[in-house]
Amino acid sequence: MSARKPLPRWADVALLPVLNLTLAFFISGLVVLMVGENPIEAMSILVYGAFGYGEGLGYTLHFATNFVFAGLAFSIASHAGQFNIGAEGQAYIAGLGAIFVGLALDGTHWLLVLPLAMLGAGAFGGLWGFIPGYLAAKRGSHVVITTIMFNFIAASLMVYLLNYVLKEPSNMAPESRSVVGAGKMPQLREFWDFFGYSPVNVMLFVAIIALFGMFFLFWRTELGYKIRTLGQNPKAAHYAGISNSKIIMISMTLAGAMAGMIAINEVLGVQNRLVIDFVFGYGFVGIAVGLMGRNHPIGIALAAILFGALYQGGQELAFMMPAITREMIIVIQALVILFTGAMEGLFRTPLEIFFTMIDVNKNGGGVPVSSTGQALVGSESDQRRQKKENGGGVGVGSESDQRRQKKEKQEG
Amino acid sequence: MTEKSQKNRRRSDIPAAVSSNSDELAIELIKINKHFGPVYANRDIDLKIAKGSVHGIVGENGAGKTTLMSILYGFYTADSGKIKVGGKEVKIKDSSHALQLGIGMVHQHFMLVDNFSVLENVILGAEDSVLLAPSKKKARIELARLAEEYELEVDPDALIEDLSVGQQQRVEILKALYRGAEILILDEPTGVLTPAEAAHLFRVFDTLKKQGKTIVLITHKLREIMAITDEVSVMRRGAMVKTLITKETDPSELAELMVGRSVLMEVKKGIANPGDIKLEVRDLEVSDDIGVKRVKGVSLNVRAGEIVGIAGVSGNGQSELLEAIAGMRKPDNGKVIVKGQEIAFKGDDSAAELRLAGLAHVPEDRHEHGLVISFEQWENSILGYSDDDKYGKGLYLSVKACKNEAKKQIEEFDIRPPNPLLKTANFSGGNQQKIVLAREISRDPDVFIVGQPTRGVDIGAIESIHNHIIAMRDAGKAILLVSVELDEIRSLSDRIIVMFDGNIVGEADPDKVNEGELGLLMAGISSQDKDKQEEAFVKDKIANDLANKGAV
Repeated sequence: MSARKPLPRWADVALLPVLNLTLAFFISGLVVLMVGENPIEAMSILVYGAFGYGEGLGYTLHFATNFVFAGLAFSIASHAGQFNIGAEGQAYIAGLGAIFVGLALDGTHWLLVLPLAMLGAGAFGGLWGFIPGYLAAKRGSHVVITTIMFNFIAASLMVYLLNYVLKEPSNMAPESRSVVGAGKMPQLREFWDFFGYSPVNVMLFVAIIALFGMFFLFWRTELGYKIRTLGQNPKAAHYAGISNSKIIMISMTLAGAMAGMIAINEVLGVQNRLVIDFVFGYGFVGIAVGLMGRNHPIGIALAAILFGALYQGGQELAFMMPAITREMIIVIQALVILFTGAMEGLFRTPLEIFFTMIDVNKNGGGVPVSSTGQALVGSESDQRRQKKENGGGVGVGSESDQRRQKKEKQEG
Repeated sequence: MTEKSQKNRRRSDIPAAVSSNSDELAIELIKINKHFGPVYANRDIDLKIAKGSVHGIVGENGAGKTTLMSILYGFYTADSGKIKVGGKEVKIKDSSHALQLGIGMVHQHFMLVDNFSVLENVILGAEDSVLLAPSKKKARIELARLAEEYELEVDPDALIEDLSVGQQQRVEILKALYRGAEILILDEPTGVLTPAEAAHLFRVFDTLKKQGKTIVLITHKLREIMAITDEVSVMRRGAMVKTLITKETDPSELAELMVGRSVLMEVKKGIANPGDIKLEVRDLEVSDDIGVKRVKGVSLNVRAGEIVGIAGVSGNGQSELLEAIAGMRKPDNGKVIVKGQEIAFKGDDSAAELRLAGLAHVPEDRHEHGLVISFEQWENSILGYSDDDKYGKGLYLSVKACKNEAKKQIEEFDIRPPNPLLKTANFSGGNQQKIVLAREISRDPDVFIVGQPTRGVDIGAIESIHNHIIAMRDAGKAILLVSVELDEIRSLSDRIIVMFDGNIVGEADPDKVNEGELGLLMAGISSQDKDKQEEAFVKDKIANDLANKGAV
């Protein structure tokens, strides 16, 4: 009984995040209750705001696009065993590449601007990822330290550049010249009125392609295989003749380039110019997206949509329920990040114990346990199972209640 | 009873100073068991250590010496068994409890705070007031006394980071003595010391012994055992093999006990037909991770169609030699030439260069190096060879081609269960080893270097692994084999090279050499010395050597 088995894959990939999420929403509900609002109503506003109508959905997808890139920036490095928390700074710096290309090619066609902007933003973001990667590979400095420092450097550098270099003399605000023509990314609302005024644009498709690209990279190329080997067992990678330093530098550069795509979505997709703080914390949320998505493209896609929905639905909620301020929304978002990102292992140990017990029960005869010991194990796990079933039942009940209520509300 | 007779024998052998209190046991361990997961680190250990004696515990790396001592020091709790300290049964809860009982430990890796002074380190955890000053004052006086009494001079105000390794060790010993330790456990104390420092340490042992302290010395260096211990216990694979009176034994007997003399395995093999030199090593010098020189100028050749075995007590540089030849460790000096091509050792991917040159390598530790345990089997079946066009052209990696290769390897080497999608961690140890061997052998390399091919592998698998290695030899491959299993070396090799202390100390023909001669070589004693013989002589010689070096 001493050895716990690792979780079955489905539990690791699906059950664990769902449990974490449920707990996050439960505690968020308590917070809502504390300020004197109905948590179920708040939930339904949030869900409706995020998915219920075209413009809301558009915003959700727009945010999700950013989160996909940020999540990829985290996960690519994570596969190589590097904890990249510098997507924020990498995206910020990449804004330079995006705006340079956007302004230079403003008079051409977006089909030309898009790939070149990706190259430009990718190069700048990649550089900002490469330097910590180089320092980690050659100098042994820890990427957590260097990437967070590079976030600060990026912030200061961009303030300087926007104030003294990129600002138009006639303009008071620290921002670059605007793109007006082909430099703007085509908005989906131009093709479908459905999306209202939401800024979801062509980068959404780039994000989807990037997710497929990530799958292909890690599970269908030599480089991806090497990155995964390094991340799982650096000594085995060394044995296999893989240059650990090269792979670290490559994966950090790739991660930075991926973060750079956020810049295109924001700078050429929304602001149409380079402004202060356009990254707006998306890079940091990417850490939670990557962790919750288990560094897998499908997981990242789902987590990105969740956080997109939280951002958009949260704004809606702040608008509809005046008692719930914008700050309160941030609390709810933070709770989700806390439970799915920082404390994602909360349920792991109990679940592992639970599944190990089920296993023991199933193959009871095969495991050499004394008869009394076996009986004990059996009764314990039965209790647990019962408890869990009860818990599960309640959960499902409340969820369906919510749904019913929402339906009623919509009908009303 | 054997215990009694042993004790009686002891009494007659040991000089008066010791035997006066030799009836008392400082420590007695009865049926100690400890396992980590399915692996037994200690199994039914019985041990008696007499008060006022120097007791050596020898065994190879991983024999369970350190675990046993950690149990005694309260780092681990034994799964079962009794511990008696000074005749009283105790349950040692943690290290501070051990200290209360008078047990102090000097670890292999020092537990000192680098940027604290000696004095601060000594009182760390033993402060007896809220303010530091009174403790420090008391400790300063006590340290001066201890330093004088035991020849353990260190500047109490020096920072640890400014001290030499030998001095740092003195601080560790002082720490234990300051806390009133009556029993000192030292784990590989000379591993990091220069000969002069080691000699000094042994003089300190003598003084401690005269003061009635008990010393437990963990080591795998037989020389030290012979030079300074009264009794010696040999451990092998988690079990206590035997406890001997040092005077009545000799290094070759100890070496044999350490390495184990199981039934000679029968391996059917024909006569070797050595061809051209395929692997050439010239004056290779290699250091380990902390910069200690482990291989001190080794040269050897391996010809096509022969198996060269490297024998030696583990920790004498074999691992580092193997890692250097495989490109995992950059040599300080010397050359490795594979099929006429000198290896450049540039960058951190020399292992790839060697693979391209036609060398395959089965590492000593499959979990640490040979496998990515969280990968599925098919992913491990291409480890090190993912660039090969066989597994997809250019940068593309064809999962289908990899899986086909994995299936081929599974079939050829009878890997069970035959499922390339199973996580490697879920295979048994023997099958994991087969996964590594299958991958390397199926490359059909001209030079094949193998470390511990059958470590932790069951009998059935051992036979098939041996047959694969022999088959490779018969196919004209050059094979270099390192193993701690003397039998394996003897039955597989066409030539045996013995390593001791980073040097090649002898070469032997496996059909002619007997185990005693090999044991002597492995213990670092050449056969000429043996003619003049007498363990006492050896002991004196070593003690003199050490003292001379100390004087210089």
